[in-house]
Amino acid sequence: MNLKPWMTVAAIGLAGAAYAQDESSLSIDGTAIVTETAAPAHMENVDTIYSGWRFRSAETQALETDDFDNPAFVFVDQGIDLFDKVDGTEGKACSSCHENVEDFAGLRTQLPRVQDGELVTMENLVNDCRTERMGAEPWKYSGGQMTAVTALIGLQSRGMPINVAIDGEAAPFWEKGKELYYTRVGQLDMSCSNCHEDNYGVMIRADHLSQGQINGFPTYRLKNAKLNSIHGRFKGCMKNIRATPFAEGGEEFKALELYLASRGQGLSVETPSVRN
Amino acid sequence: MASGVKPRVKVPKTASAGDTITIKTLISHKMESGQRKDDDGNVIPRSIINRFTADFNGQNVIDVTLEPAISTNPYFQFDAIVPESGEFKFKWYDDDGDVYETSKKIEVS
Amino acid sequence: MKLTRRNLLILSSAGVAATAMGSLPAFASLTDDAIAELTGGAPLGEGAITLTAPEIAENGNTVPISVDAPGAVAITLFADGNPVPNVATFNFGPLAASRSASTRIRLATTQNVVAIAKMEDGSFQKASANVKVTIGGCGG
Repeated sequence: MNLKPWMTVAAIGLAGAAYAQDESSLSIDGTAIVTETAAPAHMENVDTIYSGWRFRSAETQALETDDFDNPAFVFVDQGIDLFDKVDGTEGKACSSCHENVEDFAGLRTQLPRVQDGELVTMENLVNDCRTERMGAEPWKYSGGQMTAVTALIGLQSRGMPINVAIDGEAAPFWEKGKELYYTRVGQLDMSCSNCHEDNYGVMIRADHLSQGQINGFPTYRLKNAKLNSIHGRFKGCMKNIRATPFAEGGEEFKALELYLASRGQGLSVETPSVRN
Repeated sequence: MASGVKPRVKVPKTASAGDTITIKTLISHKMESGQRKDDDGNVIPRSIINRFTADFNGQNVIDVTLEPAISTNPYFQFDAIVPESGEFKFKWYDDDGDVYETSKKIEVS
Repeated sequence: MKLTRRNLLILSSAGVAATAMGSLPAFASLTDDAIAELTGGAPLGEGAITLTAPEIAENGNTVPISVDAPGAVAITLFADGNPVPNVATFNFGPLAASRSASTRIRLATTQNVVAIAKMEDGSFQKASANVKVTIGGCGG
């Protein structure tokens, strides 16, 4: 089935890797990262789930193993500065209330989640704080400031397993996300599943298709040399199949984010990851 | 100063006299190559970091000339000899005339 | 010649072969000029530089490479398929512990990365590595 050609590619890539870690196991600055685990029960067509890290070339994988070599960290540094920066009418910075960013450990693993009947993402939480508690302007959903701060917050959960709720209040949102995942759209008439479930591990032209997991977002992409948000990536994927993308921060992408997070249940948070 | 330019350097905090240490440096900079065009078809002018230097207590370790083919967020890794305690000074020179600097101290036992 | 399917196939395969024969990277001569400018046309030895580059670059935007040339005073990198072949020059100072450096470069297309080291005795050494650069299928 699909795995064989991918494993061959990985084996070829192994020759010439000059770092002390094989291509199947990831450890970042001493923290073991789960990149492979049994698929959650709700996934009928997939047995094993893999982090996007496993599908990249040896050189790209190497970039994520060290926090200095990882180019995303220059943006995490910017996130630290932004976290301490006073902004808005109330004269507060994030750190005025959230004294230690380390206290956010675990948050990334649970998002998106339902609060007061609404599905909220990390970007929603950040902008809620800004507008309602800081009296500041909301940040652009996938802009540089937002991705820097969501990378910083997500980093606090690195190594922890993704664990989102999909039952109870979350169920209707999850069902909607699942439906979107399997619905064909666009001029190319493709659904997320056509590539990421039916064909992961296979090459699409020169790209090595992953399972489309989101455990490493926001991710530093070599392609644009900056951090990319989850909804930003969804938008790019939809444009690739010549579909009109849904709005970033809108109900469709939030539902899709919940469904995708659930497909990664058990994988470790890798934020901020490095991808192609 | 070009906006959003931030240096990051990795230097060990301690070493023995005469040790070789590995230094890694990164700076966030777009490195606009001068090859891209904007939406109106006009060439976006080149604007890059064109030189990087690392010195220790006044002596040079490495002096790099950069061209537009160096990737966005220029990264360099190199080795230095540490004869005594002191301070590494790192400088990046921008096409627009700005110079970005950072320094790291090291203790030699 | 009658344009039968057979003739068309023969014509087009000859055309492809001709293109393949003649398809050196368009900027290879620019690189040769740049190298000559650096070395003054001196002969280029081999074997003293190690140039490490991936066989296939995941993305041409960020290709990690490293060079090591014990006894070199400076190492210059070129990319023979880039619009501008010069990539960087590493000049080693008195406190450089090794004559080596790593960096990340941009490669516009499949091409050779060439490293020229100027040695302490004034001679020059060369190493090159071919890197395949592809445009992804669905990178977004």
